[in-house]
Amino acid sequence: MASDLVHLYMRIDHLPQMWCPGCGNGVIMRDVAVAIQELIEDPELDFNREDFVIVSGIGCSSRAAGYLDFNSIHTTHGRAIAFATGIKFANPKLHVVVLTGDGDCSAIGGNHLIHAARRNMGLTVIAFNNDIYGMTGGQYSPTTPNGDKATTAPYGNVDRPFDIANLATGAGASFAARGDIYHARETIDIIKQAILHKGFSLVDVYSVCPTYYGRKNKKGDAVEMLKWQKEHLVPTARYYSMPESERADKKLIGILSYNDYPEYTDEYAKVIESCRKKDKK
Amino acid sequence: MSKAVLMQGNEAAVEGAIAAGMRFFAGYPITPSTEIAEGSAARLPQEGGKFIQMEDELASIAAVLGASAAGMKAMTATSGPGFSLMQENLGYGAMAEIPCVIVDVQRAGPSTGLATSPAQADYMQAKWGTHGDHPVIAISPSSVLETYMLIIRAFNLAEKYRTPVIFLMDEIVGHMREGVELPNPNDLIINRRKMSFHDGANKQCYYVPEGQYVPAMKPFGQGERYNITGNAHDESGFPTNSNEIAGKLVGRLLDKVEKNVDDITRVDEYAMDDAETAIVCFGGTARAVMSAVLEARTAGKKVGMFRPVTVWPFPEKQLRARLPQLKNILMVEHNHGQMLLEVQRVAGREKPVCFLGRIDGTVISPQDILAKLSEMEENHHGE
Amino acid sequence: MSNRYEMRFAGSGGQGVILASVIFAEAAVISGLKTVQSQAYGPEARGGVSKAETILSREMIWYSKVTVPNFLLALTQASLNTYSKTLSEGAVVMIDDSLSIPENLDPTRVISIPILQTAKEKVGKAFTANIVAVGAINKALQLFEEKVLMEGVKRHIPVGTEEINKKALSAGADLITPEQTEAFRQRLG
Repeated sequence: MASDLVHLYMRIDHLPQMWCPGCGNGVIMRDVAVAIQELIEDPELDFNREDFVIVSGIGCSSRAAGYLDFNSIHTTHGRAIAFATGIKFANPKLHVVVLTGDGDCSAIGGNHLIHAARRNMGLTVIAFNNDIYGMTGGQYSPTTPNGDKATTAPYGNVDRPFDIANLATGAGASFAARGDIYHARETIDIIKQAILHKGFSLVDVYSVCPTYYGRKNKKGDAVEMLKWQKEHLVPTARYYSMPESERADKKLIGILSYNDYPEYTDEYAKVIESCRKKDKK
Repeated sequence: MSKAVLMQGNEAAVEGAIAAGMRFFAGYPITPSTEIAEGSAARLPQEGGKFIQMEDELASIAAVLGASAAGMKAMTATSGPGFSLMQENLGYGAMAEIPCVIVDVQRAGPSTGLATSPAQADYMQAKWGTHGDHPVIAISPSSVLETYMLIIRAFNLAEKYRTPVIFLMDEIVGHMREGVELPNPNDLIINRRKMSFHDGANKQCYYVPEGQYVPAMKPFGQGERYNITGNAHDESGFPTNSNEIAGKLVGRLLDKVEKNVDDITRVDEYAMDDAETAIVCFGGTARAVMSAVLEARTAGKKVGMFRPVTVWPFPEKQLRARLPQLKNILMVEHNHGQMLLEVQRVAGREKPVCFLGRIDGTVISPQDILAKLSEMEENHHGE
Repeated sequence: MSNRYEMRFAGSGGQGVILASVIFAEAAVISGLKTVQSQAYGPEARGGVSKAETILSREMIWYSKVTVPNFLLALTQASLNTYSKTLSEGAVVMIDDSLSIPENLDPTRVISIPILQTAKEKVGKAFTANIVAVGAINKALQLFEEKVLMEGVKRHIPVGTEEINKKALSAGADLITPEQTEAFRQRLG
């Protein structure tokens, strides 16, 4: 199954990927590939491989676009969602999936994230959230917890962090969810639902960066960091069956907000239609 | 009644772009280019096209590049501050070879400057604004009709050479209204990027046959799978750290324009046949220069106008051809001396180059130019 | 440049002087004349100085800006004081009668009429002042046939406002006496 996936949906000539040992990004990339594969192979659905476009920005996460054997475009730092907006609007039948990082989508690209959410542009954004700028060597990002260390926060991070899924919800996203790398099956299902969702969807996937974030903050190796996810990140059903007191140090893995606002390109198609009708009159 | 219609320069940019096949516009409001966004918002849906107002200029050019990659002819329009914000992705467009047109209606700067006043001080930015060595094509119109015709040429060059083309307008032309008789759309030549569908022999998306410079574009999202990146990349479009491949790639990108300079550069010359003084200018400045040349000729002075229409690459060959007949050159532009540097480079030590510039947001008048010509004459006699 | 007829329209932002200028350019295009229209304005949409220019000619117009206008419309004292300093010999100046004529200006070349008041009271809409002025200017200078001018107006006003604009045009024309027309009539080219 796994090797099938690699042969079918990854650019095998370019593997192995460039991420560090223990990095969570490979897991998220696999989750995305599995989600797309399951959608394509589902006889009830009408998903074609050629209709998927993978868009990424800059950073560790964004190298994933190159490894996935789809139409893929690796853009500039922070601008993946804006490029994706152009692609989706130009050809609304495409399934445009943005692979981005916590810095890429909530710092340098934060403006594009909130506005794509507000417009309800039919994109699926997968944030590879590892709490750090990995590509440049471990600087604090907008999701680095307060007090944690980074190469640019040698005395502890003074900033307060973003919760990316809540940020998207606040900006009006019609679908915002959280996944992680420990709960792979749940995360694959969330990504599938995000792609199936007509409007803007965001999945904030908690990754791990043992090399920079983990080591600097004494979080242990990749296995230790995964154990933390297992203990602190809880899938929906179990989360809601927990007593309130147990939830205090836990976070929900699942869909956080959902609604069926009209999708942007559908709405614009109506504008075109009304202009054409006027022309005919 | 005349067939002519009254049209503003910015409006002509929209109509010309639509005639060229532009069906996607993403932009952000900024004076003095806003009428281009407004016009596109009104006109594009009527043509089945798409307009989107983005959150900033960074997003605008990104959306334009995305739409172009997905197969649409796309454009954005801005002015100095927004043009500055677009620079990074302009370089991306050059590196990833994505055609598009970027209109910069120049205004007086630096910074917010005088938002409603004319200038031409983005000339060097158009060439050197984005980092790294990259090809640049920039075109500058001097009338409303020319705006219409040249923006079509801008799209044609963008498509032919797979590169962003900068349409360098200025407030003078952008906000000017003139009566224009537009050509019949059937008489226009419209280029379309060279496409390659499943060509079998070579599936590499950036493959370029020996002796050619521009790869055929595979339609993205229409049945071909490939990778586009701003990293140095091999012919498959995948990032590489190979210095050899990177050097070859950037060399080819530059060659696209350098080896085709005769196809790309255009100049407009007036009364140059026997001219001893050439007034060099571009864009809206040509209006005052033409008035001055006509008046100088009436007074028996051998003055002509040499106007680069393609402002990048600078039409070096054409100016060089005029050097032997000239006593001197006068560069007139609404900046502190930008195209001047190109003219000086070409003229070298052979001919003196004088300069008349303006940086206060006002417009250089024919009288200013005539006075400068007289001053040049006096200095010459004084020698 | 004797062939050039240069018109300048000045007021404060929101008074519609740019539209007045555009309407004369449109009328010129309709009648087959060459024209260039441009404007200068500050960052404010309302208030601040607004200046628009229309050049008319039978020949190609190169330099696109007015240098020494043959005609000036001024709707505010500030714009009148500023722009009355640069006028061609024999230039005609039209002002709202609420303004006072600066000392440097030859009063015999000034047409002082109640433009703003007419728009407000006779036409019933203050915002039609610019169209009132257009009607008065054309009546005094005799630049274009009435139907050409009306067509020029029509191309630049919202659908459904033709009647009120027509009313404004003729209310403006009515402010000009036959003697004024006789004195200020222009012959282009």
